[in-house]
Amino acid sequence: MKEVKCDCGHVNPFGTKICGKCGMDLGSEQENKLIDMRYEGSARRSQTYRKTVIDKIWNFFSSVKVGVTLIVIALVASAIGTILPQEMYIPSTVTPAEHYESEYGWFGKVYYELGFHNLYSSWWYLLIIGMLGISLLVASIDRFFPLYRSLKKQGVIRHDGFMKRQRIYGVTKLDEQDIDLDKVKTELKRQRYHIREEKGHILAEKNRFSRWGPYVNHIGLIIFLIGALLRSVPGMYIDKVVWLREGERKEIPGTNGEYYLKNNEFTLEVYDKGNKEDQQYTAAIDKTGTIAKTYQSDVTLYERKGEAIPGEKVGLEKVKDYKIKVNEPLKHDHYALYQVDYKLDELSTMSFNLINKKTNEKFGGVKIDLNDPKKNYQLNKGYSVDLISYFPDFEFDEKGEPRTISKIPNNPAFIFKMHTPDKPEGEVSFVAIKETAEPLGENTYKMAFNGVETQDVTALTVRKDLTLWILFTGGIIFMVGVVQGSYWNHRRIWIKRKQDEIVMAGHTNKNWHGIKRDIKKAIESTSLSEPKDQLEEEKSSTKGEALNG
Amino acid sequence: MAEISGNFLYAAFILYLIATFLFGGSIKDKRGAEEKKQNKWAKFAISVTILGFAAQIGYFITRWIAAGHAPVSNLFEFTTFFGMMLVGAFILIYFLYITPALGLFALPIALLIIAYASMFPREISPLIPALQSDWLHIHVTTAAAGQSILAISFVAAIIYLVKSVEQTQASKRTFWLEVIMFTLVCTIGFVIITSSFAAMDYKANFDWVDKKGVADKQEFNLPALVGPHEGKLIEPDRFEPLVSMPALINAKKLNTVIWSTGAGLVLYGLIRLITRRRVAALIKPIVKNVNLSLLDEISYRSVLIGFPIFTLGALVFAMIWAQVAWTRFWGWDPKEVWALITWLFYAAFLHLRMSKGWQGEKSAWLAVIGFAIMIFNLIFVNLVIAGLHSYA
Amino acid sequence: MDKKKRRLISRTIILLLLGAALVFALYTNFTKDKNDSLGKGSDAPNFVLTDMKGNEHKLSDYKGKGVFLNFWGTYCKPCEYEMPYMEHQYQNYKDQGVEVLAVNVGESDYAVDNFITKHDLTFPVMIDQGREVENAYRVDILPVTFLIDKEGKVIDIITGALTEESIQKHMERIKP
Repeated sequence: MKEVKCDCGHVNPFGTKICGKCGMDLGSEQENKLIDMRYEGSARRSQTYRKTVIDKIWNFFSSVKVGVTLIVIALVASAIGTILPQEMYIPSTVTPAEHYESEYGWFGKVYYELGFHNLYSSWWYLLIIGMLGISLLVASIDRFFPLYRSLKKQGVIRHDGFMKRQRIYGVTKLDEQDIDLDKVKTELKRQRYHIREEKGHILAEKNRFSRWGPYVNHIGLIIFLIGALLRSVPGMYIDKVVWLREGERKEIPGTNGEYYLKNNEFTLEVYDKGNKEDQQYTAAIDKTGTIAKTYQSDVTLYERKGEAIPGEKVGLEKVKDYKIKVNEPLKHDHYALYQVDYKLDELSTMSFNLINKKTNEKFGGVKIDLNDPKKNYQLNKGYSVDLISYFPDFEFDEKGEPRTISKIPNNPAFIFKMHTPDKPEGEVSFVAIKETAEPLGENTYKMAFNGVETQDVTALTVRKDLTLWILFTGGIIFMVGVVQGSYWNHRRIWIKRKQDEIVMAGHTNKNWHGIKRDIKKAIESTSLSEPKDQLEEEKSSTKGEALNG
Repeated sequence: MAEISGNFLYAAFILYLIATFLFGGSIKDKRGAEEKKQNKWAKFAISVTILGFAAQIGYFITRWIAAGHAPVSNLFEFTTFFGMMLVGAFILIYFLYITPALGLFALPIALLIIAYASMFPREISPLIPALQSDWLHIHVTTAAAGQSILAISFVAAIIYLVKSVEQTQASKRTFWLEVIMFTLVCTIGFVIITSSFAAMDYKANFDWVDKKGVADKQEFNLPALVGPHEGKLIEPDRFEPLVSMPALINAKKLNTVIWSTGAGLVLYGLIRLITRRRVAALIKPIVKNVNLSLLDEISYRSVLIGFPIFTLGALVFAMIWAQVAWTRFWGWDPKEVWALITWLFYAAFLHLRMSKGWQGEKSAWLAVIGFAIMIFNLIFVNLVIAGLHSYA
Repeated sequence: MDKKKRRLISRTIILLLLGAALVFALYTNFTKDKNDSLGKGSDAPNFVLTDMKGNEHKLSDYKGKGVFLNFWGTYCKPCEYEMPYMEHQYQNYKDQGVEVLAVNVGESDYAVDNFITKHDLTFPVMIDQGREVENAYRVDILPVTFLIDKEGKVIDIITGALTEESIQKHMERIKP
């Protein structure tokens, strides 16, 4: 592991392929006509030390081949995950196992068994992404420092071999005439090249910063991944849903009782071709039917005053009124409330009249609050109704007994006992939507349905995500880096003055068209001959066959 | 206003078609062989292209006014816009490199895309609440701009391959090049078939039973070679399906695919029969004067220019909007995932090129795959894998 | 030589940090579902609710006693299943310093009263009208039982219906 001393006197680290100062080829291979300018031929650290386990792991992650392989694996895995809908998009009424098999047959079953229904949070997918992140960082560290050093140390005077083996290369014989390079220099300066001169030789260089673009964008990506990682730290991320009936006020879950929200009104608006401003959509409405225009919850946000423990009466202070729509969440104190779902016309009250079945004579009515019914309702004098049982979401169970499957009044059913002067013991009647039964024999009276009242319910997602700004910063840094590396390119032009000739060579990391244009412009007013693109010559000599194909 | 808009689009289509032939003329002209020197044909061709582009911008603006929102909200509008941006990207690259040959391939592809787009429902549709945001314009336009510049890389790659792949004997390379050509021919087949039956106003209605066992109606606009699950023709004089599909498969879409492939096969077969040569071999003489390393550079440069714009539009802006509209910036929706896949693919492309020296033909094949991924995302993901993005 | 050593150390540190981040990512992914619920060993959030008889119950008043905190609903079959066993064991353990608190998830007085009558429940039953206690305990699935020891710490969380035997075992665990 010795350092390499070049003929020019510069000492290069072990593994260097091209002398950092003069560009002489230090490697033994000279098969290719053109020099390999990647990373300036500097000694990449991973290539140099490969003794310990740590070094081996390091080298593994530093390799571009490994990096690209990881990208391709991630790409294929991501694609597999889109073949069937992921678990989060399937209906929650059946278990995933049943769903995949019943919907997609054996293929769905295999898909589920392999764990592809939850692919993006599977351990192996995360592992690939994580390894990609490691590779990003290690490969960047491994390349950035040597490249930085060699570009900083580069010399003006380059070895003849280095010049000759550049893609853009040209020699102008002097033949008694002398060529004034000052004109070239001025023109290059005008083109924003930085000029360094040594003993009459010139190095013109511009946009070196674009070489840092890849490293900047990798840093951005790493910050983004760190942001994504921090999301699982407690307190950084909250994701809850709250259902609110119209007029209802509740604690906002996830806020530790700090905030309360009241739903004043929910509105669903649809496009109406009778409406003047929606007329242009007539054809589309006719074709599709109803198209929603707005989902909106008019809410009031309250903040708790002082400390209180859950269940205790709290003092609330109004913060603000807001109209939450899709695309217009209510934001306050790191929390955001989004319109995500709704339920129209949930039953809120039901009214009945007590009547005589034969004469249809009324003896008063009851209005039952479906979310807070009472045990007993007094009607006209001498008439009353007991509510024996109430099933807000009624169905018959396996034994044929009535039960409720939730507390939401989706399908209310009642068992009433009607007390009347002629039947003081009471008659029992079972009343559900579109069905009545008289389990204890024929009755004289009945509870006749007399209308309902409904209310809308809105569903809001409560979200707090403190990692957003980290993700955003990462994204911006990535964009800066990728633009820096793509929209600018690092161009260098070497001009070496010899006794009877002037040698010119040019290099750029991309956009050869651009550097050729620069050179052409710079030498326009001189008698310097235009350097040739050696790659193109090589191509035309092989009659257009692909060079690397 | 909507009518004016339609006329503008029609004018743009015709102008692009004329420009294609003009570019063809510029290639034939010996003076057009050397790049960077435009002959009269080329100058005329690019002027007509710009005129066509202006007409399409006219379409875009008038339709925006008519709809009250940017016309990028359904499959017809987005695909048309993609075609327009492709022409825009071509004009940009043309002035960077002055290569008429690029026009000869870019414009037909843009034409195909616009023709394909017009096969979808064209009425102005209102925005559902999730789409009512300025981010609709910002996200969609940037993403389409990025994709179209990346598509130019595909165009340059195709020319590269047509020129560089040896046609004297059959090989893997000629096979895959023919696959690309066949796909393009199928697109033409799709456009011809769909528009002919549309012109005849062909309609066949079926009563059928979907996978939940619910009876439904479905209208076919092409004769149903394959019919829906337990499908019954309502009109007796229509073509009776040869087979009935299981409920899981969308028979209407499959039927369209079968028709397009069939029409493509017939067209392609005819070309092969008449000329007795591969399609790529047929067009090879057109590109004999183009400079391979310049094409390689155009292809690479387009990726370099397009990649950041694509990232910004299809990922960064998309995430910001998703955070606002859907409460989370990323939800593994198929369209999102395929944007990520596109991004990963081009990242791999750039790494292979920069660090592994994959240039020339290898890079050209990669550019073709990249375009295939984008088209897959545009068509397949929207039509087959339903997600939050399936507006059509 | 020195330079090489320094390089090895820096590489080791970087790789260890990245490895730790990766392990953290995988670990949190596995425990994601639990993350959202109250952890075992954490302090039981204090609350105050009034039972159906009108008596106020504040959790912090039960320091020194074990608390068998059960969340339930009348529509939930497994909740109904375990109620008689809870009642029975309550009779055994109420004099041994174990308190049973049954919190209903915001149903009507009518439904809860009917339920109490039906099952002859004598332990305090309370309605969490505003869902605040439910939020504080991050209740997701019913029934769920929090075992709170005499220090006021949650020693275990059990979801799903309990048998009489397991109720007795759990009471034994929180008995002061």
